[in-house]
Order: sequence, then C-alpha cells, then structure tokens
Amino acid sequence: MSVNGTGYEHDVEPRTLLVQHLRDNMGLTGTHVGCDTSSCGACTIIANGETVKSCTLLAVQCEGAEIKTIEGMATNGKLHPIQESFREHHGLQCGFCTPGMVLSSWQLLERNPKPSETEIRHAIEGNFCRCTGYHNIVKAVQDAANKG
Amino acid sequence: MIPVSFDYKRANSVSDAISLLQQHGENAKILAGGHSLVPTMKLRLATPETLIDIGGIMELKYIEDKGDYLAIGSGTTHCMVESSDLIQQKAPGLSQAAAQIGDVQVRNRGTIGGVLAHSDPQADYPGVVLALDATIVAQGSGGERTIAASDYFTGLWETALTEGEILTEIRIPTDSANANSCYLKFPQPASRYPYVGCAVAMSASGGSCSDVRVGLSGVGEFAFRDSGVEDSIRGQTLNESSIASASAKAAQGRSVLSDVFVSEEYRRAMAQVYTKRALTQLS
Ligand SMILES: Cc1cc2nc3c(=O)[nH]c(=O)nc-3n(C[C@H](O)[C@H](O)[C@H](O)COP(=O)(O)OP(=O)(O)OC[C@H]3O[C@@H](n4cnc5c(N)ncnc54)[C@H](O)[C@@H]3O)c2cc1C
Ligand code: FES
Ligand code: FES
Repeated sequence: MSVNGTGYEHDVEPRTLLVQHLRDNMGLTGTHVGCDTSSCGACTIIANGETVKSCTLLAVQCEGAEIKTIEGMATNGKLHPIQESFREHHGLQCGFCTPGMVLSSWQLLERNPKPSETEIRHAIEGNFCRCTGYHNIVKAVQDAANKG
Repeated sequence: MIPVSFDYKRANSVSDAISLLQQHGENAKILAGGHSLVPTMKLRLATPETLIDIGGIMELKYIEDKGDYLAIGSGTTHCMVESSDLIQQKAPGLSQAAAQIGDVQVRNRGTIGGVLAHSDPQADYPGVVLALDATIVAQGSGGERTIAASDYFTGLWETALTEGEILTEIRIPTDSANANSCYLKFPQPASRYPYVGCAVAMSASGGSCSDVRVGLSGVGEFAFRDSGVEDSIRGQTLNESSIASASAKAAQGRSVLSDVFVSEEYRRAMAQVYTKRALTQLS
C-alpha cells in the first residue's frame, strides 16, 4: 500500500488493525487511538479518498490502497490550509481529536466546499472532542471553506 | 483489542467467494465493509477461522435502473446509496435511511448487503426494505434465488440466507408507493443506531391512502411489517384522526425490545410517535 505518497511492502498478520500497523510498525503516531471501539473517530485516516476509522479496518484490507494520515497533510513543512485554520481559530485544546477532525473536515470540503454550520456539525458527528465544545472547530472549518 | 488469529482470503469475484465459502465450510465468514464484523471480532464475540473478503469485488457495487425495479449491488456502500439521485427519486426512504446511518466514516465503508446479512435488531435498512417490498437476491453453489423481504428476516441476527450463500443484490420495485416513501428514526444519541426506525411507502390519491406499507426497525428482535397500522389507514381519508388511530396500532401485539436506555413501554410509545410522523409526512 502507499502511505502519504510512498509505496511500502510489509508482511502483516491478518488480524493486525490498520491503526496498529501505522503506529507500531510504521511509527506514524499522529493517528490516535481513543476508544478502540469504532466510536470516537480519533483514528480517522483517508483510504482511497474516503475517511475511515483505522481501528475498524484490518491492514490486509488495505492491500494496494492509497492511505493518507495526518502526517501527509502538510507539504514541505507548510501546514495544510485546514490545519492552519484550526491553529488560527483555536480549533483544538489538548489536540487528541485533532488529526481525525482535520481529516474529516478535509472529507467534508472535498464533497461540499461551502458547507453550512449544520452540515459541518453533521460531517464531524463521527469525531468526538472532549475539550473544545466543537465551537471553534466549526469556526475553523468555516474559515478553511472561505479560504478554499 | 485485537481479534484472535484467522486466515484471510481475498475473493476476486462472486464465484470465487462462493467456492472459497464451500472450501472453508462453516468456520469461514464473509467480510464486506467490516463495520459490524471487525468490531465483533475485536471483542472476540466472533472468532471465525477464515475471513473471505468480498470488499474488493467491484461487480457488487452498483445502483441500476432496471425499469420495474432498482437493482442495488450488495457491496454498495451507505455513502453511495445516500448520494444516488436515482434512489432519491424512486425510493427516497432508502436514501434517508442511508444518510442517517452512524457517521460519515461508517457510511464510507459499510455496505447494504452487510447490514441485511447481519440483521442486527438495531439496524436501519431492514424496516426500509420491508416497507419498500424489496427482493433479496442470494447466490450459492446451487445458483441464484430470490427471497421476498417479508420472508427474509427470521430472527435475532437471523435471516433466510443459508450457509454458503452470498447476498448479491437488493431489488426495489419502482412503484408509486416507493416514490413516496420516507424513513424517520429515533437514534441512540451516541452510536446513532436506531431505538426506533419507521419506514413508510404510501400511494395516495385525492387525499386518501390507496396503498401503504410500514416497516419498523429497532423495535422488535428483528424488523417487521406492521400490518395493524397498514390495515387501519389503507383506504382511509388521510387526516389527523385517521393517522392518529392508525399510528396508535404501531407494534401492537408484538414483543418489543427493552434495554437500559429505552424501556419496552417507551419504545412502544416512540414506535407510535414515529409512525405518526412518517404517515403525516407522506400525506
Ligand atoms: C460506529 C458505528 C455506528 C453504526 N451505526 C449504525 C446505524 O446507525 N445504523 C445501522 O443500520 N448500522 C450502523 N452501523 C453498522 C454499519 O451499518 C455496518 O456497516 C453494517 O451493519 C454491516 O455492513 P458491513 O458491510 O460493514 O458488513 P460486515 O461487517 O463486513 O459483515 C457483517 C455480517 O454480514 C455478513 N455479510 C456481509 N456481507 C455479506 C454478503 N454480501 N453476503 C452474505 N453475508 C454477508 C458477514 O459475514 C458478517 O457476518 C454502525 C457501525 C459502526 C461501527
Ligand atoms: S479509536 Fe477508532 S474510533 Fe475511536
Ligand atoms: S482538543 Fe482535546 S479532545 Fe478535542
């Protein structure tokens, strides 16, 4: 599979979860494990252009897939505009949910470049944040949409 | 949490999957989107010896207009169903259900065939395919057969599919009732699974109901058609009082689920409320 634009070949046990593979085998610890029960969205990554919870996917299901993680969002040391908006609008406090939030926001803006507030809230339903109360996350996504 | 060890096989086609199922027998399980199966395996509530992954079979991912019916491949994701104009037009109740499943990540991955094969009492689509009078197509080593939705759900996590069979297609008739259908849901606020989901397809003319089908998800051990409601409203003028008396019959005579969040009594009451809202919406 390719991860953030680079092709890799690994032998993995079928029961290895994608999130384990990314974190433990590849050292990509930007993808977080919150609940490990498919609920919180902290482990969200992009597989072939679609967001998915990597704790609910086997690494073997991703053979040949193009995977993007939070580490792949910035280019040449420059934050992705969505990341920049999260920074500017304080869209994070502890930052645990942030990688998943950023990728879910990316998915939303891909499908709907000018979302309403309700659409933003609906789109991040699968991502829990225990700190911000979502208010500044919504503002950050709105800002990223306005910039795009 | 990590599943117990298992063997993983990737099927490249439906016939490939069927022969792998035959080869590996009763300890093998089909893996589609994995959004029910993988969590269950992580909890070690399911411990299949072999997984046969049909998730990469593109020939199972389609939505086609066949004239009399819409054909939906079992591998079609909730996201594809939600965003299909064809389904929106001919069976809006199905797109409404798809759009309300879990969250974006779940809808990107989970498949309609996976939901129907799993037959979770708390799933959305089962009540909808009943209300839409759908046909389920299954393939096994003996060939293909069709099963009416009304004969398909047989128990808690049980369906009419037999061992060695794969659900391949869902057929939704393109009748006038299905074009006037809806799905309303009382979701668990965290997981979004339905406590109660009510699907209604109705033909109405001149303010009266000529035909109606009502399917309830989440209420009983498996989804069912509610003939009590249907018989009460069919042929009636659609108004507040006819809708109130029909919806009061929702889940009557049925055993109803109860859990720590929603008691039997409350679930029954919500089945009536959501049935009333759905009938009102289509009138
Ligand atoms: C966080 C979360 C929230 C969710 N919320 C909801 C919700 O609100 N409403 C809802 O309805 N669902 C919900 N789901 C479940 C989701 O819709 C699943 O996608 C679905 O239940 C199973 O589909 P799947 O393709 O992932 O199947 P899998 O998990 O791959 O398979 C499920 C079962 O069906 C069998 N199977 C799969 N495909 C076939 C086939 N073609 N033929 C024969 N057998 C097959 C498998 O062997 C397995 O036993 C949720 C899931 C998660 C993780
Ligand atoms: S860790 Fe995957 S959803 Fe919470
Ligand atoms: S910033 Fe702490 S969980 Fe979201």
